[in-house]
Amino acid sequence: MHEMSIAESIIEIVQQHLPKDEGCKVRSVTLRVGALAGVVPESLEFCFTALTTDTPLEGARLTIGRVPLTVTCRACSVTSEIDLESFVCPACKNSNIEVLSGMELQVTEIETDDGGEDPA
Amino acid sequence: MSIITIERKILEKNDSVAGENRALLQSHGIFSFNLVSSPGSGKTSILERTLEHLGGSIRLAVIEGDVQTDIDAQRLAKYNIPAVQIVTRGGCHLDAPLVRDALAQFEPAGLQLLIIENVGNLVCPANYDLGESAKVVVVSTTEGDDKPLKYPQMFRQASVLIINKIDLLPYVNCNMDALKKNALSINPQLTVFETSCTTMAGIPVWCEWIRSNISKRN
Repeated sequence: MHEMSIAESIIEIVQQHLPKDEGCKVRSVTLRVGALAGVVPESLEFCFTALTTDTPLEGARLTIGRVPLTVTCRACSVTSEIDLESFVCPACKNSNIEVLSGMELQVTEIETDDGGEDPA
Repeated sequence: MSIITIERKILEKNDSVAGENRALLQSHGIFSFNLVSSPGSGKTSILERTLEHLGGSIRLAVIEGDVQTDIDAQRLAKYNIPAVQIVTRGGCHLDAPLVRDALAQFEPAGLQLLIIENVGNLVCPANYDLGESAKVVVVSTTEGDDKPLKYPQMFRQASVLIINKIDLLPYVNCNMDALKKNALSINPQLTVFETSCTTMAGIPVWCEWIRSNISKRN
């Protein structure tokens, strides 16, 4: 259940970016989460909701952008998207592959409600 | 409404402290490994056999991670080595700040080896760099041969696989060839050792790997 400490880190990062004025609320937080990052979205949402009660992030939507696992084969140089069940190059079946994406665990966007007009 | 676009790694704080830990260990020429496995694979037994085999020939220290008790640290007490117990109180993994605080309790000068025994868990510790030189993943034959396929992230990050409890092979449903093939299909760079903490099989070869890594540091 490391989603709890991941949620804590997300909240800490978001709070560092919030304007100092009181009353600023967070509407949504967008994440980039790789398929190999070992994060269960439902658990993370649960922890995020639990930890944001009575904070400027209360009620904020957590948008999780999943990043697929993509690899380049060191044998045949083909780049492919693979699933976690088969860690081999789909083209030549070699397991000597380099992970290009899928390890991401990042906060990418914070949407705040500062009481002003929404942008057109 | 405002939109703030950022690019922040969620675990950046952990990674930053892990970098500090790594720099501290490197500055003293200390080789370190992070022992990970599911609960009951035999991490502490491997540690005990390793300490017995190395004897007093290596100056080492141990950081013991446990969810609730200091039972493992008590098991190591008889070896008379510097050991710090981290009780995570429910936390499912060690993180770099916990290891930094534990490191502060040692005198690093003169140490050659630091062994960190993580909390028994094959999922969460994979996310948390502690600043170690290498991750060593332990799987026991009683867990079957498909563990690498179920926990690919951990096996991707490890540089060593110890297959433990090989003395039980006649009694359990575990195909060694399939286990090794599964692990190497996830990570072809893995160095594999086969051990039994009951018969001491494989322990000398594993300890030789430790010695060779220590000598590379000096």
